[in-house]
Amino acid sequence: MSTSRAAVPVIQVSGIRKTYGSTVAVDEVSFEVDDGEIFGLIGPNGAGKTTTMECIEGLRKPDRGTISVLGLDPFRQVYKLQERIGVQLQQAQLQKRIKVWEAVDLWASLYKKKSIDGERLLEQLGLVDKRNAWFMNLSGGQKQRLFIALALINDPEVVFLDELTTGLDPQARRAIWELVRGIRERGKTVFLTTHLMEEAERLCDRVAIIERGRIIDIDTPQRLVDRHCPERVVALITDDPAAEASFRAIPRVESVDRSDSQFSIRGRGEDLVTEVIHCLSENRIRVTDFRMIVPNLEDVFLKLTGHSIRD
Amino acid sequence: MLRGLWKLTWIEIKVFMREPLGAFGTIGFPVLVFLVVGRAVGRSLPAPSLATSGFLRVNLPVLASLLIAVSSVLSLVTIISIYREGGILKRLRATPLRPQTILTAQVIVKLILTASTLFLMVLAGKRYYPVNVQAPLFGFTIALLISTVSILSIGFLIASIVPTARFAQPIGAAILYPMIAFSGIFMPLSAMPPILHAVAQGLPMTYAVSLLEGIWRGDAWSAHMGDVAALAFVFFACTTLSAKVFRWE
Repeated sequence: MSTSRAAVPVIQVSGIRKTYGSTVAVDEVSFEVDDGEIFGLIGPNGAGKTTTMECIEGLRKPDRGTISVLGLDPFRQVYKLQERIGVQLQQAQLQKRIKVWEAVDLWASLYKKKSIDGERLLEQLGLVDKRNAWFMNLSGGQKQRLFIALALINDPEVVFLDELTTGLDPQARRAIWELVRGIRERGKTVFLTTHLMEEAERLCDRVAIIERGRIIDIDTPQRLVDRHCPERVVALITDDPAAEASFRAIPRVESVDRSDSQFSIRGRGEDLVTEVIHCLSENRIRVTDFRMIVPNLEDVFLKLTGHSIRD
Repeated sequence: MLRGLWKLTWIEIKVFMREPLGAFGTIGFPVLVFLVVGRAVGRSLPAPSLATSGFLRVNLPVLASLLIAVSSVLSLVTIISIYREGGILKRLRATPLRPQTILTAQVIVKLILTASTLFLMVLAGKRYYPVNVQAPLFGFTIALLISTVSILSIGFLIASIVPTARFAQPIGAAILYPMIAFSGIFMPLSAMPPILHAVAQGLPMTYAVSLLEGIWRGDAWSAHMGDVAALAFVFFACTTLSAKVFRWE
């Protein structure tokens, strides 16, 4: 999933800190986002994702540290910046009785440069038959699609999406993911936050894991998994009495857990599966079920923080 | 800086009119009450004599105008609190819209609504009340505009401070309505006990009433420059203070 990297990062954040009273929301956060990638800031609720994003958007001023977006200082040059970025805020609302087309029309009038065709945008986002509907009567997915439309109306270079799919059903969520991929296809950079590991895994080129205001690690989802959770598990079911001893004899295997006829074989490296299969055929062990459990970002998070992201 | 102002103002008006009680509640209802009362009472009124007509001729129109102004200020306070709580203010601010533009649009909407209500009232009044409307309507409109903008700035200050939308309307009402009561509209300032008199002189509404009554009666503007200055002072003080304490979310 590597994308072409330009020399100058689109977003540069270095050493920012933000406190609210005695609570430290964000501490020593640094990262860079490259041109044309989908970059995800992931972590549980309250980890500092939104605060970080709003500092980058120029809506908040960090107590310390520097931020540069498209070469601009987001806080001092916020109006210049806002011309060139598109923003979707977490839990934002519009006027209850504003019509879809009115919102698009208003937003289109706010930017200096000529905005893109609002009607076409509504078409692309599947909102054409809702153009006369009031905001309050839209479904959750339709509202989010409208917010995406508003974030794209000025043909921005960077798009910020904060918890875009929270509260949506799986089907609406997949549709939104497709839209976000479409944004990248148009050559734009996407910066998003999510607490859904599946979303980060499916959508992001690179992710930064944030917890209690600090960045723990940054990389592609695959490399994060390889680095922090190299362990693989093969789960199988067999009635063969000699199976357990054979499994333990495999060199790469670190542990074998058994409960009745169910086995969990743990080991490191991608060769584990091959070796287990080899062992099965060599010893003519008959299995009735065979699965591989591949670790994902969820496991990485658990490993790095000692607790599940859902806690 | 004015980019988006007219479009936003127009959308805000449309959105307001779509509310179940929006148009009727702010414009229709006061006019309707005026008409009903006018029908019931108007014809039985004796021809205005100097003694009875003081209140009807001067205080009543001023009171009506003030009440309408205050009710639009309250609705401004409520709308800003609702927009803040719903994240609408924040969403608007994340665009190149200037904060002043967002707030100015709200103020213009309220001024337009106040003006249209009053216009209809004047029309209705001419039809049903035997009182001769010979007041300088243009001057009165200017005086009312000055007063309303000044009261709006108080409303803004309230909107900047109130914690939640639920409290916005009651708190605003608790501050603004008593100001009317002590403003000298029901009782001349000179007839008040000294303490009340002192209180009244500290309230911005008192100057609004003095200005409005004076202009309605036909006084020259030069006689009311003190009132205008006081109202302007209130406006600048409240606006400066709101700019410091206003919260967008």
